[in-house]
Amino acid sequence: MADAPILKVEGASKRFGGLQALDSVGLSVARGQIYGLIGPNGAGKTTFFNLITGLYVPDAGRFELQGRPYEPRAVHEVARAGIARTFQNIRLFGDMTALENVMVGRHLRTRAGIFGAVLRLPSCRREEREIAERAHALLDYVGIARLAAWRARTLSYGDQRRLEIARALATDPVLLALDEPAAGMNATEKQQLRGLIEKIRDDGRTLLLIEHDVKLVMRLCDRVTVLDYGRELAAGSPAEVQRDPRVIEAYLGTAGAH
Amino acid sequence: MTSAQTHSGRLPGWLIWTLALAGAVLLPLVLQQFGNAWVRIADMALLYVLLAIGLNIIVGYAGLLDLGYVAFFAVGAYLFAILASPHLTEAFPALAAAFPGGLHLSIWVALPLAAGVAALFGILLGAPTLKLRGDYLAIVTLGFGEIIRVFLNNLDHPINLTNGPRGIGQIDAIQMFGWKLSRRIEIGDFEIASVTLIYWLLLALVVLAIIVSHRLADSRIGRAWMAIREDEIAAKAMGINTRNMKLLAFAAGASFGGVSGVVFAGFQGFISPESFSLMESIMIVAMVVLGGLGHLPGVVLGAVLLAALPEVLRYVAGPLQALTGGRLDAAILRQMLIALAMIIVMLLRPRGLWPTPDRGDKVARG
Repeated sequence: MADAPILKVEGASKRFGGLQALDSVGLSVARGQIYGLIGPNGAGKTTFFNLITGLYVPDAGRFELQGRPYEPRAVHEVARAGIARTFQNIRLFGDMTALENVMVGRHLRTRAGIFGAVLRLPSCRREEREIAERAHALLDYVGIARLAAWRARTLSYGDQRRLEIARALATDPVLLALDEPAAGMNATEKQQLRGLIEKIRDDGRTLLLIEHDVKLVMRLCDRVTVLDYGRELAAGSPAEVQRDPRVIEAYLGTAGAH
Repeated sequence: MTSAQTHSGRLPGWLIWTLALAGAVLLPLVLQQFGNAWVRIADMALLYVLLAIGLNIIVGYAGLLDLGYVAFFAVGAYLFAILASPHLTEAFPALAAAFPGGLHLSIWVALPLAAGVAALFGILLGAPTLKLRGDYLAIVTLGFGEIIRVFLNNLDHPINLTNGPRGIGQIDAIQMFGWKLSRRIEIGDFEIASVTLIYWLLLALVVLAIIVSHRLADSRIGRAWMAIREDEIAAKAMGINTRNMKLLAFAAGASFGGVSGVVFAGFQGFISPESFSLMESIMIVAMVVLGGLGHLPGVVLGAVLLAALPEVLRYVAGPLQALTGGRLDAAILRQMLIALAMIIVMLLRPRGLWPTPDRGDKVARG
């Protein structure tokens, strides 16, 4: 019996006025995969990302998460359903410490209410201790434990990216969606990021990667979907996709045009 | 490890707190030697501290700029005034028949009731503003504050609930453990003034407010508030129900305002809509911002300074007025000096007098 795919999308469409931003796109992410979604600018990557993270309501399409229908009606329900995300332009809680940022990620998996917090009930203290321990462990996992007490905005760009990933992992996601994680990184930072993403996959997590950097995607991903003008151009392993003439055309233009 | 480092070579935290508290408890006994007017100033300062701590939850923690906070103060004050004064029984003879002894709500009921009713108003006023941020939110909350005041001013007809601009008088003095806080206590030769008793009640409430506020800030709820303040979209993506959390911040902050209102009404014995003007809201916001947004010690400092400064300046303004041959009005001069002090503080310390310590700003890595 095959494991149900973590995320299964069929016929996802979205139109903005006269622009068909996404036209019947489908994909299926299996457990433990790094799934890449690439395409030139304006191909519909971000639109797709916003559909599965609840920012946009799709015009059509079937979405399944772990075999169950998935229709987020509000952005905050997405994380509860099991999809955690990072942002292309890093969005941390700048004035809070790195540790507190990750602790916020535990919010939806914990219970303490206003009276529990004020009265410091034993159950709340225990929970608070667990949150802190878990957050420390996650900072350690992404390699920035030494920066726990620093404010998020004082961290370097690469460390902020790591912190964002740690914060997303704190929500116990079944799918970790990274929106252009390598944007603005230099070669060394990119390599470190690749190591981290592989480590996360090797620990049994599933990732969806939206990326501009084709080289990074080809090296990292187990499966790739290429979008162009809102349509699915090709899908398959990185090697298959790279050989696909339509993909080459989309990225490099037709031979006849030159 | 870091906390051990910052505390090494200094007094332990609990000792500082105990000394500060002991000083605060004994302060009015010293002040009353110079006249009860001084203790009264301290009372008002503590009242503002309580209000500022409450507003700090909304503005400092959750980042929701509320310019109508005084409305919750008014709700608490009017709640006690209506339920613990002869006003209602005079206005409605039927009620007088039901309560021949008059309405005398116990302070022990009034305090939690005011906290609850003010929290309810916090949710009512907060709900329509959930999608607003920054200046837009400020304008709407400002409007709400004014609406409450206008209601208080006009609810003397068709049914006389608030007695309109004439206000409500003869409000019961606060009575606790069989003591009327409006009467001085004499122990042998030594006497403790009524204002001192009120001071201790307010001090107890302030200490309670600080504990509650600190515990909230240092909890799952407080972190969610701060996450909303820092980046609402990211907070939502972390699964935080921002709508509920914002309403909770409004409710929690408002409940402090309601409690302050009860003490104010019981202390003054008379209230009227004049006491709950927009200027008061602005003053409380100014206290929070001046002291250090979101940082409790700063908020307390800001409130004490801004509440006491006008009184201190009274003594500076007098001689200045004499110097100019009476051409400068003392009241105007005082307002000008306060404005000047605030401009200077904001220029020199834009994050407030005592902001959250900035560990991590001196970027060092390794």
